[in-house]
Amino acid sequence: MTDITDRQQLSYIAAQAADARVNLELETEGMTLNIGPQHPATHGTLRIVAKLDGEQVIAADPVMGYMHRGYEKLTEVRTYPQVTTLINRIDWLGSFANEVPFILAAEQLMEVEAPPRAQWIRTLLFEMSRIANVVLFLGDMAVQVGAVTPVFFAFRDREHILNQIEAATGGRFHPNFDRIGGLKDDLPAGWVTETKQVMKKMRSFCDEIENLVMGNEIFQARTRGIGVIPADIGLSYGLSGANIRGSGVDWDVRRDNPCGLVYDELDWRVWTHPDGDSFSRFWVRLQEVREATRMVDQLLDGIPAGPVMAKVPRIIKVPAGEAYVETENPLGVMGYYVVSKGDLVPYRVKIRSASFNNMSITPWLLKGVYVPDIITILGSLYFILGDIDR
Amino acid sequence: MIAELSYWQETAIRVGAGLGAVLLVAGTLVYVHLFKMVSFMQSRLGPMEAGPYGSLQLLAEVGKHLQKEDIFPRKADRFVFAAAPFVVLASTFLLVVVVPGGPDAWFVNNDVGIYLAMAVSSVSVIGILMAGWGSANKYSLLGGLRATGQLIAYELPLILAVVGVVIQAGTMNMQGIVFAQAEGEIFGWGGIGNPYILTQGVAFLIFLIAMQAELTQSPFDMPIAESELVSGYMTEYSGMRFLMFFIGEFATAGVFSAVAAVLFLGGWYIPGIDPTDNIMNVLGPLVMFAKIVILTFLVFWVRFTFPRFREDQLQRLAWKFLIPLSLANIVVTAIFKVWI
Amino acid sequence: MSPLSSTDAPTQGEDSTETEDTDATPASDAVREAMLEQLTGELGDALVGHHIEPGIDLTVRVTAAAWAETAAFLRTGMGFGYFNFLSAIDWLPSPFGRDMDSQVDLTLEQDEDADAGDADIEPMEQGLAGGDTRFQVLARVNDIVDHRGVTLKADVPDDMTVPSWVEVYRGANWHEREAWEMFGITFAGHPGLRHIYLPGEFEGNPMRKDYPLLARRVKPWPGIVDVEAMPDDADAGGDNEDASTTSADPADAGESTDAS
Repeated sequence: MTDITDRQQLSYIAAQAADARVNLELETEGMTLNIGPQHPATHGTLRIVAKLDGEQVIAADPVMGYMHRGYEKLTEVRTYPQVTTLINRIDWLGSFANEVPFILAAEQLMEVEAPPRAQWIRTLLFEMSRIANVVLFLGDMAVQVGAVTPVFFAFRDREHILNQIEAATGGRFHPNFDRIGGLKDDLPAGWVTETKQVMKKMRSFCDEIENLVMGNEIFQARTRGIGVIPADIGLSYGLSGANIRGSGVDWDVRRDNPCGLVYDELDWRVWTHPDGDSFSRFWVRLQEVREATRMVDQLLDGIPAGPVMAKVPRIIKVPAGEAYVETENPLGVMGYYVVSKGDLVPYRVKIRSASFNNMSITPWLLKGVYVPDIITILGSLYFILGDIDR
Repeated sequence: MIAELSYWQETAIRVGAGLGAVLLVAGTLVYVHLFKMVSFMQSRLGPMEAGPYGSLQLLAEVGKHLQKEDIFPRKADRFVFAAAPFVVLASTFLLVVVVPGGPDAWFVNNDVGIYLAMAVSSVSVIGILMAGWGSANKYSLLGGLRATGQLIAYELPLILAVVGVVIQAGTMNMQGIVFAQAEGEIFGWGGIGNPYILTQGVAFLIFLIAMQAELTQSPFDMPIAESELVSGYMTEYSGMRFLMFFIGEFATAGVFSAVAAVLFLGGWYIPGIDPTDNIMNVLGPLVMFAKIVILTFLVFWVRFTFPRFREDQLQRLAWKFLIPLSLANIVVTAIFKVWI
Repeated sequence: MSPLSSTDAPTQGEDSTETEDTDATPASDAVREAMLEQLTGELGDALVGHHIEPGIDLTVRVTAAAWAETAAFLRTGMGFGYFNFLSAIDWLPSPFGRDMDSQVDLTLEQDEDADAGDADIEPMEQGLAGGDTRFQVLARVNDIVDHRGVTLKADVPDDMTVPSWVEVYRGANWHEREAWEMFGITFAGHPGLRHIYLPGEFEGNPMRKDYPLLARRVKPWPGIVDVEAMPDDADAGGDNEDASTTSADPADAGESTDAS
């Protein structure tokens, strides 16, 4: 499962060689290239200080914090229901997914359980925000390697998903729909049928991307063997999501620890790819979108009847205790370590965001690659800046 | 008719026509391909507000760019930075002079026309390198260097592809190549002449690929590479100088397509009409224009569909595949020319 | 208004050692008991506290000196190859009040050394698995093969230095930089403790409880207005959370202590 494939091993050796080479040639005069904070490839304001030898990177150091909003501090002065408004903005492409682990952690502390219907709808919206998020990646990855058209298709089809999320929650980007003990509202009438249509569109979008991008020889030449992450290195850096599954690690929180969500009752599988390169990360994400559309279909069929809100006090006071809940968010594992002292506000919230860990591998991964590959690798790691900086 | 004019009158007409040919073609390409065709491919409408269906959008863009401040980076090499767009645009204008549009509708009727075209097409490299160097910007510098490496590599297959045509036509005169095609025969049947795409199909493909690289369009757009190098050598340019690069990009696409049309698609002649007929001076440019639009359609179709190569992959394609292939094409052409 | 927080604060893991709430569920959690046993066997006295939430999680507290060894043993000896996160907790009760509507919250100037003996400030209470010091480092690692996870804690001694994990888990690098910058905890052996989020010349450790959130000091949170009692539900105190209205139980609502 966590075996290192030959290709991964080769890349590891190459990185070591690059290290040795850096030491040998320290006296040569390199060039320092500042990629960002304002750069088309960094999805926001990430800065990468790259020391170059020609077009080869000898050292890369990401500089974050241009969008640090101090959410961990801010959560300490907000009541539990108010916190969801903030954490919606962490991964702004799949916002609903940010709320779920926090709410689940609070519910675990309060020993409240959402009614089954709420759990199903939560899972449903969770998977839909995964689609909304990763679809954009599928288009954006093509832009990173130079094809401009697919991202327009991604935006076009993502619109359908956003419309459905808006119809259900009232918010396109930041639904703020999850509540301790359930959901704000039930689904609107006719929503289920419409969503099924949308899922069909998303599947055809996946086929389109497969033909247009993934099958393209140039795309493959640009991504295969680029940015190989050996499984053990990826694990020790704490990579998660498609980044680690692209290295052949069969680990998915949805299947292995589906805390509070109904993944157990669905028929689905976890996709992995043994190569660990940029292409395999793209491939895994593409399969995950497809899997998600199938899961949404099953969820739509299986929503049980009943209330969407459990009985919770009018004023939410969370009993003292500590809880850590993580879920498999679009970008990877996202968790909240919530410490409560029995107040209206959390005492301490540690936000474990996926992109922060995913990006921490970049200094190791970017060593020895060429400038165009920086962009490919960053694109394939797929980070959202709000998810790094929090 | 044109011969009755004095030298100066004739020259003025030809220069004016040359300017028109470059700018009109560039404008049409921007509107038809960049604004509309690509928009439709990307499931959007493109500009719709300025004029009917956005047809005046280009004028608005030009007006906007002309009003913008002409910014020089503080550490820029001012003269080199300022001159670079002119060099790039000059290469385009020099290139267009040898392209004929009719029996008398030519700008310069030169016996070594295609030779001149191939020579001046490389001048733009100097302009791009100047822009990259003069900008005092690392992205620009990387873009300029990439462009140089790329243009030099693809100059070779481009020229070698042309050699096959020259061998077959027996002349380097562009006008002569058109006549050779118009008067050619396919196995004794002269109904449509003999456009060299039929005999030089391989050369045509090589020419198109190399042309795509010369134009620095996707999949060969590393010098611009907007997801990596922001905008490559154009990063620091603004206002009118940026506009000149922008026009140069599209005008060069048009002019290269015109050269390709002359070499492989029969140029301006129409089957069934005597190529020396005076009417061809009117119809010829229209035919050329149509062929340019078709060829540039291919260029932009590819540009907006394909991802880009990496620098080493591009070099590998040029040196290991295109150049041997074009050499083989020359050998085969020569064998046929001599013995058949 | 008196601080709501001081009225009720039953903490779950108040003891420093083995506090299992065996009353709620049939508590035996074989997997986590086994993990704990293995860790105790390896670490011995260095393991100073633990807490098992049956079926949910295991929290283990070790001494700061054994912090790195614990990680090394977890990684190599127990198969916890996945680094999840590393952070810290400041257990100092906030000198600025914990609730948004507390009077202390509105105090602009706060005496710095008043927090130790002041009667308004409740004593420091560490959470699960106990603790003795103000700061604790907090980390979590996973075993992705057997799907286990363990939360680790360690008291940070007075010199604010704990061993670094970078040698064991490469991913700890950035997390330790963040903890260093936010809490002022030094990680001995870290290759480069630089600012990660804040500008290089930034002074102070923002996540410490005695670091004021200036925006709140200058201007009270406008949401406070909503905390006032609603006219139709006078004894409920009220809050600005409208979702629970559909299922709000008056009995539940009345339970909460009303300050006004």
